[in-house]
Amino acid sequence: MGDLADLTVAEAAAGLRKGDLTAVELLEAVNRRAAMTEANLHAYLTVDREGSARAAVAADASLNAGKDPGPLHGIPVALKDNMVTRGLETTCSSKILSGYLPPYDGTAVTRLRDGGAVIFGKTNLDEFAMGSSTENSAYGTSRNPWDPETVPGGSSGGSAAAVAAGSALVAFGSDTGGSIRQPAALCGIVGMKPTYGLVSRYGLIAFASSLDQIGPLTRTVEDAVAALEVVGGYDPLDSTSYPGAVPDYRSGLDSGVSGLRVGVVTELNGTGIDPEVQAAVDATIARLEQAGATIVQLSLPSVEYALSAYYLIAPAECSANLARFDGVRYGLRRHGETVEQMMSNTRAEGFGPEVTRRILLGTYALSAGYYDAFYGQAQRVRTLIIRDFEAAYQQADVLVSPTSPTTAFAIGDRTADPLSMYMSDVCTIPSNMSGDPAISVPIGLDSSGLPIGFQVMAPALGEPVMFRVAAEVERQAGFDARAPYASSEAR
Amino acid sequence: MSRYYHSGLMPVDIDIAKVARLARLALNEEELERYRRQCEVVLEHAALVQSLLTEGVPPTSHPLPRTNAFREDLVTGSLPREEVLSQAPDRDGDFFVVPRILDE
Repeated sequence: MGDLADLTVAEAAAGLRKGDLTAVELLEAVNRRAAMTEANLHAYLTVDREGSARAAVAADASLNAGKDPGPLHGIPVALKDNMVTRGLETTCSSKILSGYLPPYDGTAVTRLRDGGAVIFGKTNLDEFAMGSSTENSAYGTSRNPWDPETVPGGSSGGSAAAVAAGSALVAFGSDTGGSIRQPAALCGIVGMKPTYGLVSRYGLIAFASSLDQIGPLTRTVEDAVAALEVVGGYDPLDSTSYPGAVPDYRSGLDSGVSGLRVGVVTELNGTGIDPEVQAAVDATIARLEQAGATIVQLSLPSVEYALSAYYLIAPAECSANLARFDGVRYGLRRHGETVEQMMSNTRAEGFGPEVTRRILLGTYALSAGYYDAFYGQAQRVRTLIIRDFEAAYQQADVLVSPTSPTTAFAIGDRTADPLSMYMSDVCTIPSNMSGDPAISVPIGLDSSGLPIGFQVMAPALGEPVMFRVAAEVERQAGFDARAPYASSEAR
Repeated sequence: MSRYYHSGLMPVDIDIAKVARLARLALNEEELERYRRQCEVVLEHAALVQSLLTEGVPPTSHPLPRTNAFREDLVTGSLPREEVLSQAPDRDGDFFVVPRILDE
């Protein structure tokens, strides 16, 4: 059946249950692939050879004993390095956490282990998930498997590169302003941000708590469903966890889009979008119409202000969350005569430039005299964005747009100008502000051979209809191109 | 577009040394000046939020508001002490060591 590293989760899961392959063979294939691709791509910060080998042997043993804990059983999984893993180094791509061995597993990690997943390694990210390219990692930039001169996107760029390259069958990331969907789009894979609260953040190192969500990066929509089935659901350890029943994501996957209303958001299409990207998005919308969907043009005026509001809210929350890195209990410590000097020296040396900038921005936005004009006003704009979405979802079942205004950009292109980097997330940020689910599906390549992503947004807990439309987009696009640097052949 | 007005934006004026002190970041003069310039550019963009009329609009701090997520008042397990303390940059037995906080 070819190279096992190229299988989807669904294919591998079926093969495991039929006895066509074993979890150990699957892990060996991923190990071989990583050995070929990592020198070029640097998707991983840490590979857990011993732990993954043990997990694969255990997965085979339990399948042989007739136990079947779920769709990721025996599947090699990559985790963004901001998800804490007991005894396995977790750095957030920051010098301040170099060598940190967490004393516990996050809830998503626990559910993966309980579900028989084989945790292969920890992937690179922009430091503390702040960035859109992985160029803010303290441990080097990951590269896009479609063209190693370009970024894989970010912040979950290592996770996206690993799945696109076949050095993991599925990966998890976190999405605060687009950090799952944008790298998925740039790497030609599926990336999904669940409804706020659907996946526990216990053990996700916090960036902006009112925005952060854990979600999957996969090769297919069906695989994203499988991944969400394993990690989603109420967790008493996360006070923001959604306490209701988890929706049935799977049953609508083959239903098509006939009778559904698809809203095209005026503010997120056209202006500011690369023409090739927009043309591919428009063609996808036309195919949805041919498949029976009703297309509705909708305006969400406040969405134009989402990026501005985000760059007040996210830094404000980041400045509060990152106050915990003080050199006292774990991580880096630098000498100081007083406790305050010790903390200030530790933080100045431990945090990279982007994280430092955001802490300063957030501290300013929250400081006396500026709080209401900046942070308070951003929170009121957030209310307007939520109202605009609510009104739009009265007229449409899902909303669509490009995922990213451009395809992958060259390494170094945007590092000198923070604002140009921030623009990468203009289409993805609104769903974080509203707490709604959204997914990126690959729909084709631009004239440079770089992937284009299509975003489907849905109202809170609207994952079933979102997956349903995403599956149709996937079928219609027929995107099955393989990243050139995903090949096991030497380059 | 009567919803919007484009006047009266609060000017961006950052006392960067004070902000860095509040954030416990020991930055030198050159770094302070660089961050001040970069933060100003971002804040000038972010200040566009002030151009939206929001009178009477309540702030949203959380997308799906939940208040008082209570749990049963039960004793549960805690993190293993030795594993936690093993990560300390400086420890003395079961204590984290820090520079002296109180005067003698």
